[in-house]
Amino acid sequence: MIDQLIEIYDIAYEKIYQLGSEIDITNSLDEIAGLLLIILLLLIAGRIRKHRKNKRPAPDIADILQADLPVDAIEPIDSSGTAIEQTPDKIEKSDHIVETVSDKKPETTAPWAEKPAPEPEPIKTIPEIPAEIPAEPAGFFNRLKSGLSKTRQSLSKRFDAVLSGNRKIDDEVLEEIEEVLITSDIGVPTTMELIERISKNAGNISSTDEFKTRLKAEMLSLVDLEYPEKVSTKPRVIMVVGVNGVGKTTTIGKLAAKFTAEGKKVLLSAADTFRAAAVEQLEIWGQRAGADIVKHQDKSDPAAVAFDSIEAAIARNIDVVIVDTAGRLHTKVNLMEQLKKIKRSIEKKIPEAPHDTLLVLDATTGQNAVSQAQLFNQDINITGIVLTKLDGTAKGGIVLSICNSLNVPIRYIGIGEKIDDLQEFDPKLFIDALL
Amino acid sequence: MFDNLSDRLNTVFKKLKGHGKLTEKNIEEGLKEVRMALLEADAHYKVVKKLIGDIKARAIGQEVLASLTPAQQVIKIVNDELTALMGSQNEGLNLSGPSPASIMLVGLQGAGKTTTAGKLATLLRKQGRKPFLVPVDVYRPAAIDQLQKLAKEISTPVFPSTTEMDPVQICREAKGAASLEGCDTLILDTAGRLHVDEELMAELVNIKNTLQPSEILLVADAMTGQDAVNIAQSFDTALDIGGVVLSKMDGDARGGAALSIRAITDKPIKFIGVGEKLNELEPFHPDRVASRILGMGDMLSFIEKAQNAMDEKKAAALEKKLRKNEFTLEDFRDQMSQVRKMGSLNDLIKMIPGVAKSKQMKNFQVDERELVRIEGIINSMTPDERRNHNIINGSRRKRIAKGSGNSVQNVNKLLKNYAQVLKMMKKINKGGFMRGMGRAMMPF
Repeated sequence: MIDQLIEIYDIAYEKIYQLGSEIDITNSLDEIAGLLLIILLLLIAGRIRKHRKNKRPAPDIADILQADLPVDAIEPIDSSGTAIEQTPDKIEKSDHIVETVSDKKPETTAPWAEKPAPEPEPIKTIPEIPAEIPAEPAGFFNRLKSGLSKTRQSLSKRFDAVLSGNRKIDDEVLEEIEEVLITSDIGVPTTMELIERISKNAGNISSTDEFKTRLKAEMLSLVDLEYPEKVSTKPRVIMVVGVNGVGKTTTIGKLAAKFTAEGKKVLLSAADTFRAAAVEQLEIWGQRAGADIVKHQDKSDPAAVAFDSIEAAIARNIDVVIVDTAGRLHTKVNLMEQLKKIKRSIEKKIPEAPHDTLLVLDATTGQNAVSQAQLFNQDINITGIVLTKLDGTAKGGIVLSICNSLNVPIRYIGIGEKIDDLQEFDPKLFIDALL
Repeated sequence: MFDNLSDRLNTVFKKLKGHGKLTEKNIEEGLKEVRMALLEADAHYKVVKKLIGDIKARAIGQEVLASLTPAQQVIKIVNDELTALMGSQNEGLNLSGPSPASIMLVGLQGAGKTTTAGKLATLLRKQGRKPFLVPVDVYRPAAIDQLQKLAKEISTPVFPSTTEMDPVQICREAKGAASLEGCDTLILDTAGRLHVDEELMAELVNIKNTLQPSEILLVADAMTGQDAVNIAQSFDTALDIGGVVLSKMDGDARGGAALSIRAITDKPIKFIGVGEKLNELEPFHPDRVASRILGMGDMLSFIEKAQNAMDEKKAAALEKKLRKNEFTLEDFRDQMSQVRKMGSLNDLIKMIPGVAKSKQMKNFQVDERELVRIEGIINSMTPDERRNHNIINGSRRKRIAKGSGNSVQNVNKLLKNYAQVLKMMKKINKGGFMRGMGRAMMPF
């Protein structure tokens, strides 16, 4: 704890310095007292800053940010607000500073307002598939294709445009490819990696098709991961986690339907006791899917719900238990601790459970998904990913980065709100549909 | 993975000492870093491209101020551009028009509309208005239940929608019901929908035409990636939204979506959601989010929080005491309760730029119970003891420990800590002013 405090202290200290206070401490700190001191200092720093603003503006961070940059001859400087400050005790800092405390903010031009916004891809009407379609492979394939069609249209069309004719793969082309990849949320590092790998041999790539094939192969190698199936005795326990609003409960409903369709007995565990009406939501899905549910009262201990569910599942000879958990931001340490506790309580009943820990990710999420996957994985060891909401215009490209960095496979994708709109992830199909 | 932009820029600009001009050549590498930071924050590719162009145009030829490092100067320009783009100030709700006014919340599934509805109701009540919550989501299982439970929690009237009703019909009837209840503001919680779902988008247009809401807010997830532009544009084209609520800003998402949305719609971001509790909705401050997008923390919010929690007079008195080395255990205790008013210590620490990113801090947790214990110990002292800790001898320590239900060790520890704080304050007061540290240390 002391090390950590020292670190906080160092950082805080730096910031206080920035804020223009005049403090010098080199001692180490001890526990809460130290912490309080830091915050106290910051409070005072805040006060000093306020103070300064009135009396003698020093170049603290806020002032620097507020001040107009000077000596742009064309821009008139509001002379009434101009002050040249030279505070003797801080020569080294405020020397030569010309602070213009102008009320006039730079005119808020919204340069993009006039510019025709990037045209959203024309929305082609997707052939509606009747809800009661029997779950046969061709139907699944079409579904997936139509679900991914937005992604497909945009990426593929743009690729074709970029790589039309006999264009040589030069820097310009590579830059355009970079744009296509980045706008699919693939992320800067992975995009760079992909481009680097391909451009190494760019010289002997001549056709669009060849380039695409090469790119596909590279992308496929990122997401095509083995899923080590954990052999389980009855019941198989699946724990579903994720941040708020990614579609955990909906995914569980669809999963339950999938298992009951396979003739398995499913039990849902309503361990999201926090969000209002989460239990009711799961109950409705349970009825639709024909699955049992174990629930406690709102705000009760989710770990206890999970424990009871496993117990009930063993007693009722259930095949699959799916544990719903409350959405939580991966940065909230106490909530992540709660998740660990839920997992422990499951382990108490069945030591090798949960057999699957699925992280649900929203395809519209950008680079933050990487952080989500990392932190959830770090705390409760994710075994698979479910990528939801792929039926919009979001590309879900971030999974490439996640698979790449964490080596966790994608298990399912969600492509609609109907109960059978959950597909097993097929890497080839996914990449094919993507490009 | 997201390094602080200023650190990276500092490295790039090391060669450029505090003189000379920013030229096209020497700024190029720095702008690459800026571009990277913006893309990593999920700002849209095109938006970033345009921004970088503007920044470059503005930066080239500028003299590097003696007081700033080139990195600082570039950051300042970037920060200015971002802030200017996002609007220079916070814009509030538009509730004009005949009473009852309506606020319509729209967005994708899982963006946080229902929670935002509850938060808005809480906020409006604080402002003396009488909100009326209307669940219009007849599709998602238990969505109506969810809003009704939230409404009960904050004792706000809610329209008894059922899943059999038609959304437009609900809105029409709710207006009458709100007037009967004596409410002046309807908050419509519509169903989450994909922006490409023509049928459901048409339903929203219908609701809009029926109710003529004074405010239509798009609720968007702060974690949204490049698709933010498509989402925002579709909703804006269909409904001409009045503004945006950016939800889930309490995570570690950098919120570049804010830039994208603003750039594409030119509509203001009005609020940000910063927690799961119903009072955790804050006005949007463009300058702060700009620093956040650049990965520079949220110091200003921290200071504002401090200023809200601190009584100005008390702070002045405390400062005086500190200056005179008269910081007693009593002050220590008061200080502690002041700080606790600002919210959870863990959250506060995270607001200090750099802390959240550092490896050691990742799993750092302050045990809030520890604070309660310290308070208990101090409360078990006599006023004399609190004012002069030197008189606390062995038997007094024993008594204090017993009185507060602690061990003598705990009491000793507190006294030791306190002594250390005193020592430190003394050092500060001696004015060991950081001479010689110079500008190089100024990390920005």
